[in-house]
Amino acid sequence: MGHQIDYQKIEKTSEHRKKVWKVVTYVLLTFWALMVLFPFYWMVLTSVKSYGAYNSEHIPALYTLSPTTENYKEAFTAVPLGRYFGNTIIFTVVTTALMLIVTVLAAFAFARLNFRGKDLAFTIFLSLMMIPTELVVITNYVTVTDLDLRNSFTGLILPSVTSVFYIYLLRENFAQIPDELYYAAKVDGTSDFKYLCRVMIPICRPTLITITILKVIECWNSYVWPRLVTDEEAYFLVSNGIQSIRENGFGRENIPAMMAAVVVISVPLIVLFLLFHKKIMEGVSRGGTKG
Amino acid sequence: MEQNNRKGWLYLLPAMVFLGVFMVYPLIDVLIYSMEEGYNFASQTFFGVGGYNYSYVLHDPYFMQAVQNTFLLVMVTVPLSTGIALLISIGLSSIEKLRNLYQTIYFLPYVTNTLAVGLVFMILFQKTPYTDGLVNLIISWFGGTSIDFIEGPYWAKMFVLCFYTIWVVLPFKILILTSALASVNDTYYQAARVDGTSRLRMFTRITLPMISPSIFYLVITGFIGAFKAYSDAVALFGTDLNAAEMNTIVGYVYDMLYGSSGGYPSYASAAAMILFAIVLTITCINLLVSRKYVHY
Repeated sequence: MGHQIDYQKIEKTSEHRKKVWKVVTYVLLTFWALMVLFPFYWMVLTSVKSYGAYNSEHIPALYTLSPTTENYKEAFTAVPLGRYFGNTIIFTVVTTALMLIVTVLAAFAFARLNFRGKDLAFTIFLSLMMIPTELVVITNYVTVTDLDLRNSFTGLILPSVTSVFYIYLLRENFAQIPDELYYAAKVDGTSDFKYLCRVMIPICRPTLITITILKVIECWNSYVWPRLVTDEEAYFLVSNGIQSIRENGFGRENIPAMMAAVVVISVPLIVLFLLFHKKIMEGVSRGGTKG
Repeated sequence: MEQNNRKGWLYLLPAMVFLGVFMVYPLIDVLIYSMEEGYNFASQTFFGVGGYNYSYVLHDPYFMQAVQNTFLLVMVTVPLSTGIALLISIGLSSIEKLRNLYQTIYFLPYVTNTLAVGLVFMILFQKTPYTDGLVNLIISWFGGTSIDFIEGPYWAKMFVLCFYTIWVVLPFKILILTSALASVNDTYYQAARVDGTSRLRMFTRITLPMISPSIFYLVITGFIGAFKAYSDAVALFGTDLNAAEMNTIVGYVYDMLYGSSGGYPSYASAAAMILFAIVLTITCINLLVSRKYVHY
């Protein structure tokens, strides 16, 4: 009789095991979430500690009872943080706008128009996607220097405009629009350009928004090119600004003020992310890379 | 569709101008630069053509240091970050509550400024006369002795660089892998469950093969990205990476081009070409290996 299977017991152990498994999963996931969030907490925390309080803490305190905004004032007055900010906004807006115009026109040509050499041109475009920026930066640096465009917005912006990948992404999206729409518009006597503006762009708005957001992130974080072509503070972007703050910043090692600057620089993108996180994550999974 | 040659090229013109000036021309030019010996930036003259620039770069101890650092970084971070991302994604796909919240949090490092957050990491790991820093505090809780991770021994600096790199690249990998896991057809699992297949077997026989293209994609982009590491190192150790022994190949290229050690576009070009050759070789090897293991 001992061979009777105790189903209840089996079910119980299996349920028990499932529960343990679940708890372990949640603990590990929470652990990594804390690892991700902690640097952000730390930078905000440090930025509201006063200079004196921070430097007298031999053992770092995990919270503060007397938050202050003096570091934020310091960050904006002792270094031209507002200027870096403005520069980055100009750079980001102009670069993104130019990129959108160039990308839309090129994607339209590839997706809708028919002309000799199109396939060859598209193949060349695609193969350019594999070229790493590091390889072309050297000549671009020399070109921009020769044209006397160092320390100017033109020099900053022009080489950052095109992204072959976005042209490809948009072309794929444009190509999905049924031909019938185009023929109908043609019958009505609509010009190609008008068709592009009135039909294709509205239909593909989600992709355009994705591209825009990805480019904005890219611009906001760009460091290498701006560092190469600017050495005057008046043209620094936030990345270069933060680097110069780090190296000769506040005249003294003022870490709370440095962290205030870091918070100020990080906030715009984080806000953008919280507003559009679905769109951004969707866009990145379709084709962003980083690292 | 009617042929319309002039109009087509007209629409393509802006893109072609930009790409031509800032991508195609530089590509040819960098090859020429790398072969011009004794190029002078000021007078734009050179006195010979040959492989001297390559041999100079390959004999430069700073370059060899950069190569060593870069390879170490690649070998540590690519497998680790892919593995951790896989674990996290599996965890994420096995839960339902709070899943979106976790996903959003995990993605946060992607949208942050590498240099800005790097400073926070520097402060967490740094040891100064005033304070040992938070990481050393935690180490001391477990009875260890404090180390300066930013200006201390080589392995400690390498550890911070790898840690920060993994922290930065994980969001992208987690995102790709979670969407890959979500796209595996549930009927496979149901069939396996009917057969009484164990969890481990289900994972190795169904999940892994089904998501292998994504893993492979991440490995390739991970290799390429890690070989081009630069701003993470700058964020942690400052712009003088040679002094910190933490330079990377890309860092070497930029140092040769610009700054106190700069003004040598020929050496920079040669180093960039070597980097490109390394990346291309590794990518080809990856592609060959994938033929065997990736199921499409």
